[in-house]
Amino acid sequence: MFDYLQYVRQENFPHIWCAGCGDGIVLKALIRTMDKLGLSQDETVMVSGIGCSSRTPGYVDINTLHTTHGRAIAFATGVKIANPDLNVIVVTGDGDATAIGGNHFIHAARRNIDLTVLLYNNYIYGMTGGQCSPTTPRGANASTAQHGNLEPAFNISGLAIAAGASFVARGDAYHVKKLETLIGKALQKKGFSLVEVVSPCPTAFGRRNKMASPVKMMEQLRDTVVSVEKWEKMTGEERKGRFRTGILRDIEKPEFTAEYAKLIEKMRPEE
Amino acid sequence: MSNDRPGKVRMMQGNQACAEGAIAAGCRFFAGYPITPSSEIAENLSVMLPRLGGKFIQMEDEMAAMGAIIGAALTGQKSLTATSGPGFSLKQETKGYASMAEVPCVIVNVMRGGPSTGMPTLPAQMDVQQARWGAHGDRGVIALTAKSAQETYEQTIRAFNLAERYMTPVILLIDEITGHTTEKVIIPDASDIEIVHRKKPDKDPENYLPYRFTDDCIPTLAPFGTGYRYNVTGLCHNETGFPTNDSNEIQCLIERLTRKIEIYEDDIIRNNELMLEDAEIGVFAYGSVARTAQAAVRICREEGIKAGLLEPTVLWPFPTKAVLAMAQKVRAIVVPELNLGQMAREVSLASQCSVPVHKLGRVDGSPIPPQQLVEKIREVV
Repeated sequence: MFDYLQYVRQENFPHIWCAGCGDGIVLKALIRTMDKLGLSQDETVMVSGIGCSSRTPGYVDINTLHTTHGRAIAFATGVKIANPDLNVIVVTGDGDATAIGGNHFIHAARRNIDLTVLLYNNYIYGMTGGQCSPTTPRGANASTAQHGNLEPAFNISGLAIAAGASFVARGDAYHVKKLETLIGKALQKKGFSLVEVVSPCPTAFGRRNKMASPVKMMEQLRDTVVSVEKWEKMTGEERKGRFRTGILRDIEKPEFTAEYAKLIEKMRPEE
Repeated sequence: MSNDRPGKVRMMQGNQACAEGAIAAGCRFFAGYPITPSSEIAENLSVMLPRLGGKFIQMEDEMAAMGAIIGAALTGQKSLTATSGPGFSLKQETKGYASMAEVPCVIVNVMRGGPSTGMPTLPAQMDVQQARWGAHGDRGVIALTAKSAQETYEQTIRAFNLAERYMTPVILLIDEITGHTTEKVIIPDASDIEIVHRKKPDKDPENYLPYRFTDDCIPTLAPFGTGYRYNVTGLCHNETGFPTNDSNEIQCLIERLTRKIEIYEDDIIRNNELMLEDAEIGVFAYGSVARTAQAAVRICREEGIKAGLLEPTVLWPFPTKAVLAMAQKVRAIVVPELNLGQMAREVSLASQCSVPVHKLGRVDGSPIPPQQLVEKIREVV
């Protein structure tokens, strides 16, 4: 059995997440992947913003930086540029990264700076009590959309691809083995990499949307997730109500800190 | 301040002097966002930093720039951002984070007129209270000022030294006049410049507490990547750096954030004086207005009016003792400034109402000419 103790800050448990929350599942997947890749705990920095997902760093025994709402990627950009030898992981949520922090998200993707962003998408502001987020589906209920959400939702992975990210994948908290593979590829990618993790929030989202049971939310993930390979063969009608997981983009392009290193080399006075 | 000091003489504007001072202080990371009248600081550093192996990045907005310098500082770098009024407003929350997490960094604000977009190309001193109280929450604040390119160079170095010594963000407030005036700057030899580096941990990682309560009230934050794994947060935290809900720990933390500046006030505060010993009318002036005040005091003396100048080079912590001492000597105090009395209010408080404090506020984007201040002093006499 895998021993998590080397990687966690035991003194900070029990964690703050509600029963049925997917965030702990993602945390375990991340830890197993870090172990598999042999990531040095001393040389890895985890940066987060504000929200349920952003409490993840408190539980991981590495260098951790819990910042202000929306700004995790901005802080992480400073860490990575100042010391490119560090592995920099950002843990954020749908509200943190695509509402208040949307500007940093798209510009880090455009810049293609070598950050690995784990974005837990639970369709809601969980920590503040269930207000609608940029990914709350149209028509769904939230504490600030009690008559049904009027706004269309962001496609987060699509946003990252359009902004220029070199690696974009979507996974979910039910298909954990696949999630680990995706996180592993993201961590190994030299460039801006996003793993959007669809993670259930029965307390703040499910309860208002006829899915109060954590099991029911998990079953829904099981039944609506389709692999990207299968998705390609499906008709528009078959895709309805489902979403795809897997690697959505994986390309090679110049990475910011590597380009900066070349600039410094070019500027170096000749001997 | 130091025109007789040996060194290399150069002509440069205040904004360039700021960039030169930053490099001399050991700054190797700049993140910023374009804004008038501070952009030359970024432009100069975009040229200088890569040549020295340092890092420059233009971020997507002001908050990002502030976040990036905090991130860089946590890797051990000395880091800087520069902005002006609107950008300074945008940075406040993240600046408060640097106070709370005790991350050393320097924020230069080349002040222009406000509120809002105001006067992008014209001078003002309207951000002096924002520098103290702009971010939410109680904490001590250090804010310096400068009245010339020479002082901007020196105060930029001092800002880094204070940030590193007291583990706090330090603000340098200059104004458009100082930022854009090209004048003589004497660059001393590197060996003549005092450089301060933050404390290093004196314990091994197992026994290390980043926010340990020590007599000096200053935490020791090891650079990320050096084997000291700890947590940094803007939440109320205890000595470990992890969030706490313990009321004693919270009380200790917030009191310490204010106390750690208060107990060093005498080391931080520095004032210049001009003919203050026998003065009957005291003038309190800072930044570019201090140059007006120097001229006005001399004119008054020629006319037989015993005027004297108290010129703080540090606005926060406020030089309360020096103001009170002046108030006990003079018949009245005049405070000329490019706002409607932001520091005059502090002067009144510090003088404990022992003497009348007269405001001379100009907010039309023009500097205060010496004659206008002389007239005010005559009126007060």
